[in-house]
Amino acid sequence: MTTELFFVQLINGLQYGLLLFLIASGLTLVFGVMGILNLAHGSMYMVGAYLVWYFATVTGSFTVSAVLSAIIALSLGILIERVLIQRLYNRNHLDQVLLTIGMIFVFNSLQSILFGNDPYGVAVPGALDGGIPFTDNSSYPIYRIFAALVCVAIAGVLYYVVSRTRLGMLIRAGESNREMVEALGVNIKSLYTIVFAIGVMLAAVSGIIAAPMRSIVPGMGESVLITCFVVVVIGGMGSIKGAFVGALLVGLISTFAAVLIPSMSNMIIYIFMILVLLVKPQGLFAK
Amino acid sequence: MSRMKTLASAVLATTLAATATTSAAATDPVKVGVMLPFSGIYAQLGEAGRDGLKLALKEKAAELHGADIEFIEMDTEAKPARAPELASSMLGQHEADFVIGPVHSGVAMGMIKVLRGKDTVMIIPNAGAAAATGPLCSPNIFRTSFSSWQPSYPMGKIALDKGYKDVYLISWNYGMGRESLEAFEESFKAGGGNVVKKVLMPFPSTNFQPHISDIAAQDPDAVFVFFAGGGAIKFVKDYDAMGLRGKIPLLGSGFLTEGTLEAQGEAAEGVITGLHYAEQLDVPKNQEFREAFNTEYGHYPDIYAVQGYDAGLAIANTINQLNGDVSDKQAVIDTMAKLTINSPRGDFTFSRAHNPVQNIYLREVKDGVNVVTSVAAEALEDPARGCKL
Repeated sequence: MTTELFFVQLINGLQYGLLLFLIASGLTLVFGVMGILNLAHGSMYMVGAYLVWYFATVTGSFTVSAVLSAIIALSLGILIERVLIQRLYNRNHLDQVLLTIGMIFVFNSLQSILFGNDPYGVAVPGALDGGIPFTDNSSYPIYRIFAALVCVAIAGVLYYVVSRTRLGMLIRAGESNREMVEALGVNIKSLYTIVFAIGVMLAAVSGIIAAPMRSIVPGMGESVLITCFVVVVIGGMGSIKGAFVGALLVGLISTFAAVLIPSMSNMIIYIFMILVLLVKPQGLFAK
Repeated sequence: MSRMKTLASAVLATTLAATATTSAAATDPVKVGVMLPFSGIYAQLGEAGRDGLKLALKEKAAELHGADIEFIEMDTEAKPARAPELASSMLGQHEADFVIGPVHSGVAMGMIKVLRGKDTVMIIPNAGAAAATGPLCSPNIFRTSFSSWQPSYPMGKIALDKGYKDVYLISWNYGMGRESLEAFEESFKAGGGNVVKKVLMPFPSTNFQPHISDIAAQDPDAVFVFFAGGGAIKFVKDYDAMGLRGKIPLLGSGFLTEGTLEAQGEAAEGVITGLHYAEQLDVPKNQEFREAFNTEYGHYPDIYAVQGYDAGLAIANTINQLNGDVSDKQAVIDTMAKLTINSPRGDFTFSRAHNPVQNIYLREVKDGVNVVTSVAAEALEDPARGCKL
């Protein structure tokens, strides 16, 4: 591998990893704070992608449809938490898994009924179309760089909110001792609603950002969910920092494996996950 | 009230008696078992195939010598594991005279396990696995679509004709992907072409970015790929986003741009593919078919609808030639094997292994349409390696 190609792949890997982080962050946040294992997290990613496609065809503007889709996702998150998830806080993980698996089927059917089974594509917004010359015959798509920057920005905001704000303080306190937080007069119910809705929105926003880079197809949520779990398990369930490191590792490993050992590139992240678990059974950054 | 009741029972009894007599008098309907995916990722393909099939049998209703068609539909969900069980039930419980299906090659293998060597005719309206009309061929198994070899084999020669000496190959590591790349290599290497690199990615991964970066670094004369559906859309878009479109020509098996052009948008311009059909194909039957399909279903047909339609034509023509009597299964098989199907893709016959002997068209995407530029191979017959028929 030439140095030049190495750097291109490094950027590919980082960019893929950052997107993976954005998808996984919501999953790990909801698990870490509320102890809820949301298997329908991938469906929320799909919801984001389909919504942004739908509104983009209607309005013709990617920005407008991205904002609309994110708002709908946030409302959807509030609704799901209030109607369904709230009933599960005192139940075990099996019940959560059953409910959220059921949600996958519901969302897949809704997708099929509302948008049909044709594959769709979203055009890259005009201002971000084009590429930066990279090698003699290729250029790096501006949109991918933009997407990576958005992921970094969201990671930064997430870090700031969790570690520096009152909401973040409550989230961290709720993680360690929810009864005490409640006893101190904090409305833990609405705190949970907010956290869950943010988790859903993070998944949907990843779908929105990814939409112009990938095809919008039935079943796109499930494939992403599995990778997402690998990321979260490597990083340590519930740790946002872990999700960040895990996502970058998975992104880099699968990118380089794709070129160096293509036939094994899917398996390699699972092998890596097993190795991590052998050394640190709770994941890299488990509490 | 009780008089009303008596009257009602009398009416009911008479109606029942009447239906009983009519059904006894009429000949048994011809049972057509439809085993296609109506849910899951291939649902759209299954629906198109079924719609085409039903359209053909409706159009030919007058030529069936009074035989009625009864459809039995089963959703295969594109799940290979359930295929043998579903096929057994179609055969045993429903006693289908014809079984149409499936879309997915893995499901086809499962169905063939059950149907191979039986006297019920199986017509495959999509799955291209070489084995179906190769080592696993059987007198009662027909295919109205293609073998994976057919659309790709002529492309090797096309690449050489265009002066591409060094070609990069990439596909998914599964039956259709491997077979498509091998078919391309077969004619390409025979003509002196050089394969720079052959990449088989895990199915159904769509992480193409690293590979496209690698293609740019290798700088071949051209790239040949097999991808379909959502993966095809993403590959073509990523290829364009990395600035390779217009610099390194992209060739493929026709599924790269089939049913995916709208989603690919401008990124697909200039992509060159080979397939046994093209929407704009200048065959009179094609225009006629497209209008009829649109009138019936409110949208224009795709390749999957054509293949289902041709399965319907094969059944209708066979029933017609046998004067409406399909009870002699050997006669059904013999008749079907000799048919010439007047397809929207142009007339085709069945090879000894019962795969279509058909033209492969060379298509280039221009202004969002697969424009036929020439016939890449005329009446191309699959080699049917391993078939003992």
